[in-house]
Amino acid sequence: MSAYTVSIVSIIGINVILAVSLNMISGFCGQISLGHGAFFGAGAYAAALAMVATRNVPLALLAGLVAGSLLGIIVGFASLRVRSDFLAVTTIGVNFLFVGFVRKQPWLGGEMGISGIPATGLGASGNMIMILLLACVTVAFSLYVSRSWMGFAFRAVGEDEQAATTLGIGAGAYKLAAFGIGTAFAGLAGALYTFFTQFITVDAFDFIFSVMLMAMVVIGGIGSTWGVVAAAIGLTLLPEAIRFVNDYRLLVFGGMLVLVIRVAPGGFAAVIRNRFVRARQA
Amino acid sequence: MSAVLEVDNVAIRFGGVQAVAGVTRSVEAGDFVGLIGPNGAGKTTLIRIIAGLLRPDRGRIQLGGVDVTSDPTAGRVRRGLALTHQIVRPFREMTVLDNVVLGAGFAHTSSPLRALLQIDRRRESERAAEILASVGLAGAERKLAGTLPLGQLKRLELARALAVDPNIVLLDEPLAGLNHTEAAKQAETICEVHRRGITVVLVEHNLEEVMRICRRLIVLNNGSVIGDGEPREVMADPVVHDAYVGGRTAAHAEA
Repeated sequence: MSAYTVSIVSIIGINVILAVSLNMISGFCGQISLGHGAFFGAGAYAAALAMVATRNVPLALLAGLVAGSLLGIIVGFASLRVRSDFLAVTTIGVNFLFVGFVRKQPWLGGEMGISGIPATGLGASGNMIMILLLACVTVAFSLYVSRSWMGFAFRAVGEDEQAATTLGIGAGAYKLAAFGIGTAFAGLAGALYTFFTQFITVDAFDFIFSVMLMAMVVIGGIGSTWGVVAAAIGLTLLPEAIRFVNDYRLLVFGGMLVLVIRVAPGGFAAVIRNRFVRARQA
Repeated sequence: MSAVLEVDNVAIRFGGVQAVAGVTRSVEAGDFVGLIGPNGAGKTTLIRIIAGLLRPDRGRIQLGGVDVTSDPTAGRVRRGLALTHQIVRPFREMTVLDNVVLGAGFAHTSSPLRALLQIDRRRESERAAEILASVGLAGAERKLAGTLPLGQLKRLELARALAVDPNIVLLDEPLAGLNHTEAAKQAETICEVHRRGITVVLVEHNLEEVMRICRRLIVLNNGSVIGDGEPREVMADPVVHDAYVGGRTAAHAEA
């Protein structure tokens, strides 16, 4: 496998973890988050510091996971007070705050970021396999959650919080759980990104990246794990395959986002599901 | 008999309006209470305070002798309270069965961790199907809740309330918007719920059905209780009559 292929597959794996984890928050539980890049970044920086200090890969993974989740739970508390579009605006603010904060911190490398992060010792292919394994774990966990009573309760909270509470479901606890779990996986993805690049700057975790992750979720089909996986793979490969898309990435993704919301609000997953249902009825 | 619900000096003000003004009442186990009053009397507000959907400015709420004033709605539901909404709030994207299964599985959803560790829904599905049949929704299980007409949605609200295995149900206008036949059938279902030993508090404008099925009437006006007792005696009270029907007519005054 060429170095280029290994690199692309690694990025696909990281994006799958990020998109699927965002889908747990926004798709399963209905809490629109446009700041997922911040949790990804928190995990990346925590893992980078852990690697520089200890060179211990499991510890760095754990540091990324915990950092992402802690920031996620803090933001989750905001979801108890603000709803829907206000929550989306709050999470955008968190993303900008994260980027602004990191830029001014010399101990986090400021504008220059952190370079010279020790290698994991697994090599590029070994890193790729670790990323793919953890992407599979994330997808499997997401599928499990959607089948469990937690997923069932998430759907209720996402659709009508007050109706859910009258069925004995503590909406606040479930929203915090969604943020805690989803951002833990984002932090994990951050740690994997650190292992992959061995050099991080805060620009990689900005609001634009968060919007691209949301585009993957919406285009794939909000709430559908497999739809989101397919969109994460497709939208990562598209700029690589078509030069025009790479040059006008934001324009193309933005256009696709608007088109999907207008024509097929359930995303590709809903389009395929509807065709399948029609074919069965025919 | 013991009190399943006690409301002690509860009051709430919205801006310049005193919506509920120091209501104190208790509801005994097995009661079938009609809570009536003119529009804006504070009935729904009081029900929402009891359910924990609104926080009162003062006063206490007790369920089964336990003070739940600071508990959230979900905590009160777990103490045996159930509520139906005046404007129906089904989970429109879920099937009718799933709407009820979610309530029937309230033991699984008490905490996110517990919910994460549970998958099996067979027992809850069977129970939900029985509840749906008991409210007259057999055969509608697989339909999306959002596709049901209002009459059936009102029944679904009742089914969801019953799914959480309550001691007391607060029904907020369960007959509103129904035609005469549907209202009579729904009222009969509510009587059946009461016969099963569940205490019922019914907020309703359909006085004909309220007088027919309730055993006790509490009348609210401007946020205060102006009548409480056996329905016919309460309605015969001139104060209640004036407030509810809208003042004495000239003919009444002359008589």
